[in-house]
Amino acid sequence: MKQSVIDVIDLSKHYKNIIAVNNISFSIAKGHCFGLLGPNGAGKTTTIEMMEGIISPSSGKINYYGKQMSDDISQQIGIQFQHTALQDFLTVKETLNLFTSFYQQTIAHQELIELCDLSEFLDRDNRLLSGGQRQRLLLALALINDPDIIFLDEPTTGLDPQARRNFWQLIKNIKARDKTVILTTHYMDEAEQLCDEVIIMDQGRIIEQGTPHQLLDKHFKEVFIYLPLNQISSDIIEKYQWKVLGERVEITTQQVEQTLTLLMSENVSLDGLHVKSANLDDLFLKLTGHSLRE
Amino acid sequence: MNIKRFLAVVKARNIEFFRDKSSLGWSLIFPILLLVGMSFVFSGDGKAAYKVGVINLSEAESIFLKTKYIGFVDYRDVERAKIKLSQHNLDMLVDFSAKKYWINQNAPSGYLVEKIFLASHQNFEKLNTQGEEIRYVDWVLPGILGMNMMFSCLFGVGYVIVRYRKNAVLKRLKATPLTAFEFISAQMLSRAFIVMFTSCIVYIGCNFFFDFYMLGSYFDLFLVGLLGAFSLITLGLLVACRSKSEELIGGLLNLTSWPMMILSGVWFSLEGAPDSLKSVADFLPLTHLVAGARKVITEGATLSDISYHLVILSLMSIVFLSLGAYLFNWNTER
Repeated sequence: MKQSVIDVIDLSKHYKNIIAVNNISFSIAKGHCFGLLGPNGAGKTTTIEMMEGIISPSSGKINYYGKQMSDDISQQIGIQFQHTALQDFLTVKETLNLFTSFYQQTIAHQELIELCDLSEFLDRDNRLLSGGQRQRLLLALALINDPDIIFLDEPTTGLDPQARRNFWQLIKNIKARDKTVILTTHYMDEAEQLCDEVIIMDQGRIIEQGTPHQLLDKHFKEVFIYLPLNQISSDIIEKYQWKVLGERVEITTQQVEQTLTLLMSENVSLDGLHVKSANLDDLFLKLTGHSLRE
Repeated sequence: MNIKRFLAVVKARNIEFFRDKSSLGWSLIFPILLLVGMSFVFSGDGKAAYKVGVINLSEAESIFLKTKYIGFVDYRDVERAKIKLSQHNLDMLVDFSAKKYWINQNAPSGYLVEKIFLASHQNFEKLNTQGEEIRYVDWVLPGILGMNMMFSCLFGVGYVIVRYRKNAVLKRLKATPLTAFEFISAQMLSRAFIVMFTSCIVYIGCNFFFDFYMLGSYFDLFLVGLLGAFSLITLGLLVACRSKSEELIGGLLNLTSWPMMILSGVWFSLEGAPDSLKSVADFLPLTHLVAGARKVITEGATLSDISYHLVILSLMSIVFLSLGAYLFNWNTER
């Protein structure tokens, strides 16, 4: 077990009658990418903002390297918020200069520009950046003090698929420098691609915790086979109790080969067949009864 | 206080302002348009009533003081009243205890008031003053510059902070080692620089066309402007210290600025106004900024002459800043 850099102990946050975070505890190992997953309103952002020192917990403790979080934690961590504006009329380069002046220790600009791929729009006004460019600049600002711990709150929300994949590569590059990354997301493919360990939150509580593979192995032995509805007669569907999902039939099985043999023996055409393993979204659905994106 | 962080925020805010061409243009054009408009509208002599200065008015007793359609203004200082007379701000000046009255030889409006006065007081000594009439544009100049400063300070600080808070710029800054004190100080310095810079540009630019009246020192005028700007900036900070709503802050800033626009002597003199109104106006920073600047411009007042206004502006700045800093909230809680 690697050394833990952050320990969250019995953490809670209440807003009047609303319990945003309800007595959660977890530890984050050095160099890991740690994911907080859950639907909107699950308490992910509240949890990491308490860990960042932006909002105060109602109760509980947060320790960095075994010691209680202090006011100067901002010198040691990097943060990319989910919703934040940048100052208008400043260029990317001027924004980097502004944030550089806030810290005692900073990373060389050239290194940061290369790491976050900013060179093509360095002199552009912040207002004129595309979604992907803006997120890359915000990531650069999170890295500007060369922190060992980086918080990324839904960093790819709103990006197109290509920009999302580019951003994942940036995060992998950062991880390769032995940085600890704490990431919230409701994209399961993102968590599976990037995270070494995840917690799944719902209604302020942790409902499951582990590596993505551990969790899927624990909860799913089967895979899903999909076929177009018009290729299977209703008698066969009824006979085997398969599920109809819109225009498709879902067959849940632990034995793919046997199921395919069965389909052929029933003279079902395999055109349009699709096999899918369970993912974290399926896990969440199984655990809570509703989808992560709801 | 970390000077590097402080100066970086000042620089960033200045860049933001000077690159916002619409905002910069408006802060320059608005006062110029008002000055030009006022110089045209009030270029004629359109006064309907007469104004007579009386030395120690409360102790004076005379049937003349009951004359309708004449406004009587109390003066304690004869020399100050004589300056007002010489600038055509008064039509006549009377000292009942010394049995003297003064008329401006260059002011035809004093002739009729003198005739009315002599109907009841024949044995008073007549004295003359001389002096060219101070134009309304000279008189209103400190008011318009002061009003422009007020809007720039209140909205330029208050509104911007609330916008920063609402769109999470403040939250992003809070996540850095920048302190609230450094942030607030930087906003103050940046806005003071912007306001003084634009006011100087407007004054110097308009002076080419209007050749403004100026009896006092430009340094004194600058100082009273700077102190006034600080008091208004700190008032803007206080108003914006907690709010996250642009609609609310718009209303609060209007609530703060409109009484000043009406009661602070921007457009008309408060000399003949009821004492209760003057007392209310005394609590408004713009009153002291305009009064101090006007005395420097039209009466040649020194810093010591306007020390009352300077002290009040300083005290207001300290109170507003202390309260604003105490109540300031980055407001990052959702």
